[in-house]
Amino acid sequence: MFAHDGGIAMNTIYLDYAATTPVRAEVIQAMSQTMETVPGNPSSIYTTGRLAKYELTRARDELAEVLGVAGNELIFTSGGTESDNLAIKGLALANQHKGRHIITSQVEHKAVLDSCQRLQEWGFEVTYLPTDKWGLVDPETLQFALRPDTILVSLIWVNNELGSINSITELGKMVQEHGALFHTDAVQALGKLPIVCRDLPVDAMSVSGHKIYGPKGVGALWLRKGTALQPLIEGGSQESNLRGGTENLPGIVGFSTAAQLIEQERETRVADEQVLMTELSHALDDIPGIRLNTHPELRAPNILNISIPHVDGESLFINLDLAGVAVSNGSACTSGAQQPSGVLTAIGVPDDLARATIRISIGRDTTRETLERFTDILKQEVYKLQKKSKAIA
Amino acid sequence: MLSEINNSFKKSKSGAKVVVAMSGGVDSSVAAKLLVDSGYDVVGITMKLWGYKDSGGNVVEDSNCCSLDDIHNAAIVCTQLGIPHYTLDYSEKFREMVVKNFVEEYKRGRTPNPCVLCNTEMKWRALLEKVDDLGVDYIATGHYARKVRHPETGTWRIARARDAKKDQSYVLWGIQPDGLSQTLFPLGDLTKEEIRTLAADANLRTAHTPESQDICFIPDNDYRRFLKEKHATDLADVTPGDIVDMDGKKLGEHKGIPFYTVGQRKGLGLATGEPMFITQIDTDHNTIRVGRREETLADTFLVEDLNWFEEMPMGEPIRVFAHIRYNHPGEWATVTAEADGVARVVYDNPQAAITPGQSAVFYQEDQVLGGGYIKAVVFENETAGIEE
Repeated sequence: MFAHDGGIAMNTIYLDYAATTPVRAEVIQAMSQTMETVPGNPSSIYTTGRLAKYELTRARDELAEVLGVAGNELIFTSGGTESDNLAIKGLALANQHKGRHIITSQVEHKAVLDSCQRLQEWGFEVTYLPTDKWGLVDPETLQFALRPDTILVSLIWVNNELGSINSITELGKMVQEHGALFHTDAVQALGKLPIVCRDLPVDAMSVSGHKIYGPKGVGALWLRKGTALQPLIEGGSQESNLRGGTENLPGIVGFSTAAQLIEQERETRVADEQVLMTELSHALDDIPGIRLNTHPELRAPNILNISIPHVDGESLFINLDLAGVAVSNGSACTSGAQQPSGVLTAIGVPDDLARATIRISIGRDTTRETLERFTDILKQEVYKLQKKSKAIA
Repeated sequence: MLSEINNSFKKSKSGAKVVVAMSGGVDSSVAAKLLVDSGYDVVGITMKLWGYKDSGGNVVEDSNCCSLDDIHNAAIVCTQLGIPHYTLDYSEKFREMVVKNFVEEYKRGRTPNPCVLCNTEMKWRALLEKVDDLGVDYIATGHYARKVRHPETGTWRIARARDAKKDQSYVLWGIQPDGLSQTLFPLGDLTKEEIRTLAADANLRTAHTPESQDICFIPDNDYRRFLKEKHATDLADVTPGDIVDMDGKKLGEHKGIPFYTVGQRKGLGLATGEPMFITQIDTDHNTIRVGRREETLADTFLVEDLNWFEEMPMGEPIRVFAHIRYNHPGEWATVTAEADGVARVVYDNPQAAITPGQSAVFYQEDQVLGGGYIKAVVFENETAGIEE
């Protein structure tokens, strides 16, 4: 469409796997093969359509096996955000005759928080639970918030910004015993934690393809059989009448392939990532005033969230990018304005510190050497900016 | 002849680092392109100054400066040029410095030019502070202006752009002299047409963007609506008052001082036989004085908050060509620096509606010698009362 001379080098130190991951070769191959050899629409009744339906079912069943569920309990969506929207709005709308109170926490993904806010506009009541300084929900806080008219509780499993892990088993059990539905956003948990949905006290779970070396634009909502859900996207009987539209077959095949591969490698990789992350935490320990926002034990193996005092966050991130480092910052970009992330505010990180907050997330291509280079660059930039801020103060 | 023209940013050491302030419009896009083509190490920055929900009225976000679209376009152009792009959030500072001043100036019965303050405080002072963090040598903007170096004093001055119709040197008088030495104006020697052509030839995404509006944070240009709708609490103490003629005789009532500007004719609601213009706004007595067209004429006024690009000897009259508002054709005048950053300006010929709050900018040939905010007009009948 327009000229691009390719002058910008890609970031050579990519430490933002929690944002997205590069698609792995096996996945590209599976998707490409699907596009080449399976041209049909799974809903068509003739042979080409039936073949597409076969491939779709195969991919669905294979993903179901990874998650420990039945294939017909999976609803494919356009990704984690749609899955969260479908779970929150769909479950609330379909169950509102039982009550109109919903519980979530202050540190959820935007897709959950914004869906809850929409439900408030539609007349639902929402309680946003506070968390501890790692972003974890205390079961007692939840117990206190449950009401007779509570129909749904949604709590994130692995926090996408902080990496801390909620005790989903304990929280979910409490919710189910109370008679409400429990949804969890497991987008960052897939491939990191053992997930067997049928054994978990969970009724609905969101997962996504592009966080596990699969394609962007595909995700799924697992919904326990027999749970009432109102569809949000209508226009066809696909996905058990719960999500209309011709299925994204290459995407679904890619997602399913990626999920199987990551599950096979999970235990080894988690062990490797834990070692690297522990080393990184130690290496960053001596940055003056550094604050850890990730729970020291209850944490994903691949995410570390830190805040660095006395530096200008904007300058730090620009200098890191210019040095080839890709990491996430502690701001949500709304209309180009840098608002401190609501999650960081909720766990008590002051605004100026939130602006200088870094989420480091590693993945399958991260080596010890990458992290050492990153540590050197970060310390150098931080030292420069801290010195400057002291000179001003 | 007075000075050696040295605007050529191409002459600078190659590989020097430049931050270019990009609005997402065609001018700053081409500025970035020219810098890249000249071998600079360029980083694009968009300063997010404003959120359009704070404008009120029937303002739609798209296509206004600082909108998501504009920021996105600036980023796309940078990718086309092969350079990085960042958005810096200055909206809080902009609100505190520029918009607050805008409201306060109207309350003081003055007529502000927010672009001048925004350039001085945001595009230069704030951005210069930031680029220091980034280890950058220069900042550049898409302003139509040039920068020249005085051959004797060695100081930098702002000069008019080659494209006289687009010249923006007037709104740049407030740049601190040492900030100017770190500034590049890549567009100074080009016309708007040439810039459009350059953008189109390079297939820049912003090649066909519309011209920006007068006051970026009031896209519908209705400042009275903006004040009433968005700053009602700031205006809580504003009350109606009298409109009087030059002799002090009451002719009508005004709705509150902030809603009027010197030189205004329309909307006064006066039933006088001939057109009347506002000559003076008196906040002490909450009155607005009007007169016939010739009664708005004055030749002497005081200027404050001066910024000079050259050392100005106190009490020594200097001949300048002075502009008292954007698009004012200008007129010869004598300016004399007085104590406390104030100067007295005497026009050779009286000018209509010299308006407090607007900028007076002093030129010698095509160069800006300095400028300041118009403090007060000295009317003939008052001259005796002013202490020399």
